[in-house]
Amino acid sequence: MTRTMNMQGNQACALGAIEAGCRFFAGYPITPSSEVAEQMAAQLPKVGGTFIQMEDEIASMGAVIGASMGGLKAMTATSGPGFSLKQENIGYASGAEIPCVIVNVMRGGPSTGMPTRPSQGDIMQSRWGTHGDHPIIVLAPASVAEAYHETIRAFDLSERLRVPVIVLIDEVIGHLVETVDPGEAGQEHVARTFASGPAEGFKPYAITDDLVPPFPRPGDGYRSHTTGLTHSETGFPTQNPALAAAALNRITDKLVLHNDLIERWRVREADDADILIAAIGISARAAEAAVTKLRAEGIMAGLFRPVTLWPFPEGALLGVIDKAGAKALLVPEMNQGQMIREVERLVAGRLPVHGLNRIDGEAITPADIIARVREIAP
Amino acid sequence: MKDVTQTPDFDINGYIRLDQMPHFLCPGCGHGIALRALLWAIHDLGIEKDKLAVVSGIGCSGRLSAYIDANTFHTTHGRPLAFATGLALARPDLHVVVITGDGDSLAIGGNHLIHACRRNLNLTCMMLNNEIYGMTGGQVSPTTSADRFTTTTPAGNTEPGFDACRLAEAAGASFVGREVTLQVLALKDLLQRALEHDGFSFVEVISDCTEIYGRKNDLGASPEMMMSQKASMRPDAYRNTVDVPFRPNALATGILAKVDRPEYGQALRAANARQQPAGKG
Repeated sequence: MTRTMNMQGNQACALGAIEAGCRFFAGYPITPSSEVAEQMAAQLPKVGGTFIQMEDEIASMGAVIGASMGGLKAMTATSGPGFSLKQENIGYASGAEIPCVIVNVMRGGPSTGMPTRPSQGDIMQSRWGTHGDHPIIVLAPASVAEAYHETIRAFDLSERLRVPVIVLIDEVIGHLVETVDPGEAGQEHVARTFASGPAEGFKPYAITDDLVPPFPRPGDGYRSHTTGLTHSETGFPTQNPALAAAALNRITDKLVLHNDLIERWRVREADDADILIAAIGISARAAEAAVTKLRAEGIMAGLFRPVTLWPFPEGALLGVIDKAGAKALLVPEMNQGQMIREVERLVAGRLPVHGLNRIDGEAITPADIIARVREIAP
Repeated sequence: MKDVTQTPDFDINGYIRLDQMPHFLCPGCGHGIALRALLWAIHDLGIEKDKLAVVSGIGCSGRLSAYIDANTFHTTHGRPLAFATGLALARPDLHVVVITGDGDSLAIGGNHLIHACRRNLNLTCMMLNNEIYGMTGGQVSPTTSADRFTTTTPAGNTEPGFDACRLAEAAGASFVGREVTLQVLALKDLLQRALEHDGFSFVEVISDCTEIYGRKNDLGASPEMMMSQKASMRPDAYRNTVDVPFRPNALATGILAKVDRPEYGQALRAANARQQPAGKG
């Protein structure tokens, strides 16, 4: 029996979260992500969860981390200025290793910008928005169905790796209505590994082979300490250079160690592409249409689409380039050139990398991409 | 409400993390007295350490959580009430206590304080008021007394300070109280009443920053500062008055407000139950 449903992208994030086991949501109204909070307010109580609208964006991020400290899977959603405001607490979750999911529906900036218009201006902020070196995972769905399933994966990764995961969608995906096949009912999703065993001598941030320490749930007898200060394996602050470096390297290395779980990308007509287009979100959807039309007129175009945006699937991109023998890259994005910086860094001058940018509040169209490819075609 | 009892045999060593000693508070700092009073109240109420969660912010007050043998969370500047709100809603089985300071909860975290007061979630918030940003070296805070010298008011403070208790009461806190650190037993009793209270309880502890604030203003060493704090307290300081919008020279102590109104967590859970499909929940 099919369970296929029509839904909006923002709604898909909410329903995917509930399917993944999210039982706490704290949010603050902001366009164009408010439907995520509205859906959670309506749906969470039905599954025994808790929704709260907090007094501001900062508080909603704090409450989400607090609920996760208590052991619940927890999420918030925001856009633009709200994403800026949440950054300090996202850094806390990253450093103290508190699982949480943040949906960021991108809108135009800077500042209040164009709240109802699409943008992909947070590609760099989603990676580097909070201060200091820190681990973070960013997933970039390009359809409503993918928003649903990638939100589930966001929880799986966040709980498994104890890292904040951002679901980064643009306003077009957020407000698009498409069909979603949620798959079989009653699927198992990743459950956080809670600490078990003796409390005596327990180290909440022990450096194990897995690099992800089990989570000491309050009430289970560990009575551990959690802090945003750089801490040793004991959880208490340290300024010992060796202990500080070991702790900070571990939280970065854990993502490298588990990259197989994290990395995800999709290609279209990439195997023999002369011109490879790298794009996310609605820009990738435009690129898919452009590739089909360009191929029909004899231009060998292809698409590389990072589903996991950060850490950027660098080995995959270089592999696709090599396999195809691509002669040029095009990076269409709704900003002044953010993802292109990462692509240029990886390609390191081996082939030309061209940009296609819109910051006028309109989505990039297939026609925009076709025209640009014709300009740069070898 | 239980009768408050004094247990002279209370042993703080059973409630602190001895492996974190020596603590980093300055000699003469009043925060340690407040910590002892809090733990004493927790002991006398029989709250299990495993079920106790202490959430703190940033500043001298924020560091106290690390010394308590419980589930402790040292969060971001001004935000402990936001974190604690999520934690307490997620885990109504825990006893959640917030430790904060005057800068943490009246300046950077002021919005969270007033909304926590309004919401009336079952939390106890102990605000240590030493009138100064001590951790960062002695800058003016929202409670610094008039004319006092700080590193950022070199000619004396010209801003009026908050009366934190009036602020909390006006914002809807269902339990509000204040005490000075010199009155350890009264402070312990007040905190015990606050911890027992079903709803949001706010306790301001008048602490002393001897090393930085006291030294810069010639307020004497800790005993002199504590004696002058006690002398400045007047139980009915602002009762029945409306003409003291900001922190007056004389502060009231004891339980300053106590009202019964619905506790937020219970109210929310009841509302959530009404949204559950018929036959469930």
